[in-house]
Amino acid sequence: MVDVQFRFRDDETVNDPAVTVDSFSEQSNATAVRIEPGDDARDLLPYLDRLSLVEVSFPAWTDGRGYSSARILREAGYRGEMRAVGDLVIDMLHHLRRCGFDAFAPEKALNEEDAQSAFDRWENVYQATVVDGRPAIWAKRHPA
Amino acid sequence: MKILTGNDLKTGAVIWWTGVGWSLDVNESADVGEHGAALVAREEGAQHVVAAYVVDGGKTAEGIRPAHIKERIRALGPTVRLDLTPKASDPAAADWVI
Amino acid sequence: MYKYDEYDQQMVDTRVAEFRDQVRRRLAGDLTEDQFKPLRLQNGLYLQLHAYMLRVAVPYGTLNSAQMTLLGDIADKYDRGYGHFTTRQNIQYNWIKLEDTPDILAELAKVEMHAIQTSGNCIRNISSDQYAGAAADEIVDPRPYAELLRQWSSFHPEFLVLPRKFKIAVIASETDRAAMRLHDIGIKMVKNDAGEIGARFYAGGGMGRTPMIAPLIREFVPLDQLITFSEACLRVYNRYGRRDNKYKARIKILVHELGRDEYVRQVEEEFAHLLTQPIEPPLAELERIKAHFVDPGFDANASDDLDLTDPDFRLWVERNTHAHKQAGYVIATVSLKPVGGIPGDATADQIRLMAKLAKDYSFDELRVTHAQNIVFPHVRKADLYTVWQALDEAGLSTANLDTVGDIIACPGLDYCSLANARSIPVAQKISERFGSAQRQAEIGELKLKISGCINACGHHHAGHIGILGVDKKGLENYQLLFGGSEGADTSLAKIIGPGFTEDGVVDAIEKATEVYLANKQGEERFLDTYRRIGMDPFKEAIYG
Repeated sequence: MVDVQFRFRDDETVNDPAVTVDSFSEQSNATAVRIEPGDDARDLLPYLDRLSLVEVSFPAWTDGRGYSSARILREAGYRGEMRAVGDLVIDMLHHLRRCGFDAFAPEKALNEEDAQSAFDRWENVYQATVVDGRPAIWAKRHPA
Repeated sequence: MKILTGNDLKTGAVIWWTGVGWSLDVNESADVGEHGAALVAREEGAQHVVAAYVVDGGKTAEGIRPAHIKERIRALGPTVRLDLTPKASDPAAADWVI
Repeated sequence: MYKYDEYDQQMVDTRVAEFRDQVRRRLAGDLTEDQFKPLRLQNGLYLQLHAYMLRVAVPYGTLNSAQMTLLGDIADKYDRGYGHFTTRQNIQYNWIKLEDTPDILAELAKVEMHAIQTSGNCIRNISSDQYAGAAADEIVDPRPYAELLRQWSSFHPEFLVLPRKFKIAVIASETDRAAMRLHDIGIKMVKNDAGEIGARFYAGGGMGRTPMIAPLIREFVPLDQLITFSEACLRVYNRYGRRDNKYKARIKILVHELGRDEYVRQVEEEFAHLLTQPIEPPLAELERIKAHFVDPGFDANASDDLDLTDPDFRLWVERNTHAHKQAGYVIATVSLKPVGGIPGDATADQIRLMAKLAKDYSFDELRVTHAQNIVFPHVRKADLYTVWQALDEAGLSTANLDTVGDIIACPGLDYCSLANARSIPVAQKISERFGSAQRQAEIGELKLKISGCINACGHHHAGHIGILGVDKKGLENYQLLFGGSEGADTSLAKIIGPGFTEDGVVDAIEKATEVYLANKQGEERFLDTYRRIGMDPFKEAIYG
């Protein structure tokens, strides 16, 4: 089990064993799921109520499908922990957060100081992803 | 012979393995024999070089000549800007590539 | 043109700091080359055949004279005194040091420039019509929409690690000067029956190994849904584009394999969902951007007279200028294709001279074209001779726009680590063979495009005549293709037969022009004659 190195939630860490997306619907007592890059995150939409941990796997950080998976689940209202697991690099941490990730379990621990600067780097953002709750630059330019 | 080339990490310059270090001059290349892969791993690991690889070459009267045109262009420079190459004063330098 | 506000400036400044930090970690050994490479590429920094190469973005090809001047200064200070203008309306430097790069980016940021996403598997610099805002035939200026998309695509958190690179073009004229349908997404601004402006979307075009013309995927996207629809197109691609084979990872393969209709169905479904998410900037943001692109203060009384007594000037005016929407003005193109020269290269002095001329005579504005030339978009006819004289003195007055001498060529094996054959020497030999102005005039419009490998950076698929360099058992070999076009009549060139040596391909092209001239009817261009009589007469003359 890979350790969670960064977590941006106040609730207790969930450590239920995650099952695969294709077996999740049949395991009526499962509360944690693991999404591989090729999985369709929308298969989970009927079960959001009983989910408390979604692990999104990044076998290679250059495979960006997990960004869409996370955002889709957040857009559908998932509020539990969204954990990025695998080959995580410092320079993408900020963008992962913007797509709805709030826990990070890198395969190899990242340099704490460099990671912290990466999380904090972008004071403003051009897009509204909605799921990170941050206002886009265009929203600041045109306050309602 | 087998020669080893790569780029200097900081400057990007094309460099050639001399047996003890790296040179900008292809003519100082050493024959790395079967040790190419090990040298690549060691030298890249030590941050001396980036994108290093082994190519075939041969000794000629004019010096060491890589077997493939791509590395001959690496060794000489762009054939269309001879003023920027190590043979800036030789108007026929591009012929060496072909 | 667009001017940064505090937010835009903060974004590029932050990027410079981020890249400086990445370089520091690379040099300290905290990042391996495998980890660093995708990061440096997203900042336009390649490792090429001889050195690092830095590609600087020129968003939708528009820049002012202060920016152009700095591009010249960077060539002197950090490179070897020249730069290369590219087929994506950018500029690249061939001899950059990694350790200098953060400082270069910091200098660029001071004039509102950057190298963000000029490479890597992300949304690249957005290209547009080089005559935008000046052409007589445009419905609207396409650049405000391109700028809106630029901001949306910069650091878009969901789309930074796509299956492959992603190129968008935006045009707004009937005449397509940006090869719009050969892009991953091509957008044409149109007016609907109600007179409203909207965006027509094409998706899945591209050159490269498997050239494809993008099919239409939506007739009309309202302006207040432009970003949302783009996001839907990208999300479907990010989720389902192939990642098992980099040569099949572009969106064109996805659209082709799914079929246009199924791709459209998935996009529309995603679009319907995303419309429920408040991700679309308000129209007020588009209006804010548009205000930057109002017409400069044209002289309403500018004279339409032009003294053409100097025959060299007359030739240049006929060949290199284009009708302007404002009476008394023209659009003038500076050819970066002198006879025997390197297509797209300009020295630092030439770059600064063009900057100064733009400042004095073109309302401080220049454009880079995808054909690797420079445009002064708004020149008063009364100033044109002065401009031409200054260009002529600097070796920049070649009158060959869109003729056989105006060759698009990738850097080829002289610079590029992916190339299989050299492109530039072929371009030089062809332009020398057809060097006489009279001969070029006789042959007329002939778009010749050369790529040094199948990645097709030299757009050979879209050439009236295309040349593809390959490696044949260690020797350079050149294949010839005929019949491509990038315009409104987009078509893909077809290979005509066995390849040639460097000299052989020049001879073959000469024979092809002879066939054209012998068969030409009326005002036909080479392409028209080829389309009418087919490939056989050409093959017979070349291989017979």
